[in-house]
Amino acid sequence: MNLLKHIPADSVGLVQPQKLHFDEPLELRSGRVIDRYDLMVETYGRLNSKASNAILICHALSGDHHAAGYYDPDNAKEKPGWWDCCIGPGKPFDTNHFFVVSLNNLGGCAGSTGPSSINPDTGKPFGPDFPIVTVRDWVKSQARLADRLGIRQWAAVIGGSLGGMQVMRWAISYPERLRHALIIAAAPKLSAQNIAFNEVARQSIMSDPDFHAGRYYDYNTYPQKGVMLARMVGHITYLSDTLMRDKFGKEARANFGRDLRGGKLSFGFDVDFQVQSYLQYKGESFSKNFDANTYLLVTKTLDYFDPSVDYDGDLSRAFAASACKYLVVSFSSDWRFAPERSREIVDALLKAQKDVSYLEIAADEGHDAFLLPIPRYMGALHAYMKRVADECASAGAA
Amino acid sequence: MRADLLLIQDWIAPGARVLDLGCGDGAFLAHLKHTKGIRDCGLEIDTDKIQKCLEAGVNVIEQNMEQGLGNFQSHSFDTVVLAQTLQALQRPDMIVEEMLRVGKNCILTFPNFAYWRHRAYLAGRGRMPKSEQLPYEWYDTPNVHLCTIRDFDALCRAKHIRVLNRTVVDAKQRSSALMRLLPNLFGINAIYHISR
Repeated sequence: MNLLKHIPADSVGLVQPQKLHFDEPLELRSGRVIDRYDLMVETYGRLNSKASNAILICHALSGDHHAAGYYDPDNAKEKPGWWDCCIGPGKPFDTNHFFVVSLNNLGGCAGSTGPSSINPDTGKPFGPDFPIVTVRDWVKSQARLADRLGIRQWAAVIGGSLGGMQVMRWAISYPERLRHALIIAAAPKLSAQNIAFNEVARQSIMSDPDFHAGRYYDYNTYPQKGVMLARMVGHITYLSDTLMRDKFGKEARANFGRDLRGGKLSFGFDVDFQVQSYLQYKGESFSKNFDANTYLLVTKTLDYFDPSVDYDGDLSRAFAASACKYLVVSFSSDWRFAPERSREIVDALLKAQKDVSYLEIAADEGHDAFLLPIPRYMGALHAYMKRVADECASAGAA
Repeated sequence: MRADLLLIQDWIAPGARVLDLGCGDGAFLAHLKHTKGIRDCGLEIDTDKIQKCLEAGVNVIEQNMEQGLGNFQSHSFDTVVLAQTLQALQRPDMIVEEMLRVGKNCILTFPNFAYWRHRAYLAGRGRMPKSEQLPYEWYDTPNVHLCTIRDFDALCRAKHIRVLNRTVVDAKQRSSALMRLLPNLFGINAIYHISR
């Protein structure tokens, strides 16, 4: 299939996003309304005649619609989409069997309508006027996307971290519209510690002198330092202590990851240790490509997520009407959304007498493990999705 | 699938909710799903076996039952199964209590340590019995709490547990008149169906 040497055989290959326009006003949980909006979407594989083989991929905080494949036929250094290890022919989300849909959520900054989009009423970017959207609002917009694509029921809705929260919302709000829910490295709601980290991120952005109360577009500037700081803090929470010791302790495992960058101490406030330059590099490269207002918005989306809120805090009652089967996966070294948080989801599902499988994958990679091709994790997704694929032949059109 | 599991399937009602503690590769639950339309849930800690469960389409929770079943609601299952595992637990009595809380009825199978060959082995050689059922040395055995049929009956009496059914079988899961007459002497495996 792939004529280009640098694109692996098990890749979905060259892909093209498409922008879909929606004119029906979207009422938000906040009470505000988005009158019209665009969603950036990528699809991989083919929808079968019964439209029974579609799976939806929900992205996390900084993700977007580009989940797999490549854009540029001439760039051998191009990195594929963010979940390329899972999506493709022969991979867990096998494009030989599934029609995979991935979108950039509302409020994003990768082409879907968000704070950096032009407000048609003013001719200027929305900036801080863009409403706070919640996971519930996202899923509502995703349901409209499903309608547009002719998908009555997803074979599976899948997501990690904040993506897993969207999966839970799907199961609760649209029980008849999905057969399987894969909730990976997620939590039923944020803890005070999670919210605290998000608050540091927001304060970093909002205290940047270039933020201009969110109207930095009008000043032809951008709070890059603020976004960089926010990402640096966030990035620490995605890694584990063990991983950092290994990553920055190549000289000797026993030195706690304290490898020096220049070989000796500077006795100044510049970079001394490898971990410092790594974090700065990660923060800086992220800050060049991500809108500050979107970052603020999505941290709020995370903070507000709590599907038990309509059920007196009882998550199992939230799941009571859901009709899908569940796979819940956590990672041992994840301390952002630790295994205990996934077990809260599992316990609520057990209490609601739902079909659920739960795996705690041993991994040193922390929260980011859900993005990585860890053998046991891939094997489990593969086995689970093979059953889903087998069902697709008989399910659907009914 | 193990023959002792085939013996106990008659005690499981069609459409029942079944919790299998230490469900292994999920073959038993998959079989019950196919033949009786049960709602399945298995607990397992072995990662390879968990993978097999996923392949078999069986619901499996990665959880160590020795750390309790506190996350399972009381009477949330019709039948809770514990096959050939009781003797390997740190506190078998507490697991039995938990099984009876979570399930309306429970099925347990375990090797009978009072089987006459074990008695003869100990009496004759003065060493811990080894057999086809108990192949381990005393120092590396997972079976830290072996018991006899009489021991288990005593536990049931002490805890006011009702024995709904009891079957005693040989290594090939067959019963005989001798085993029915003197189960604690001639039975190799004990199979109990209990409730509160």
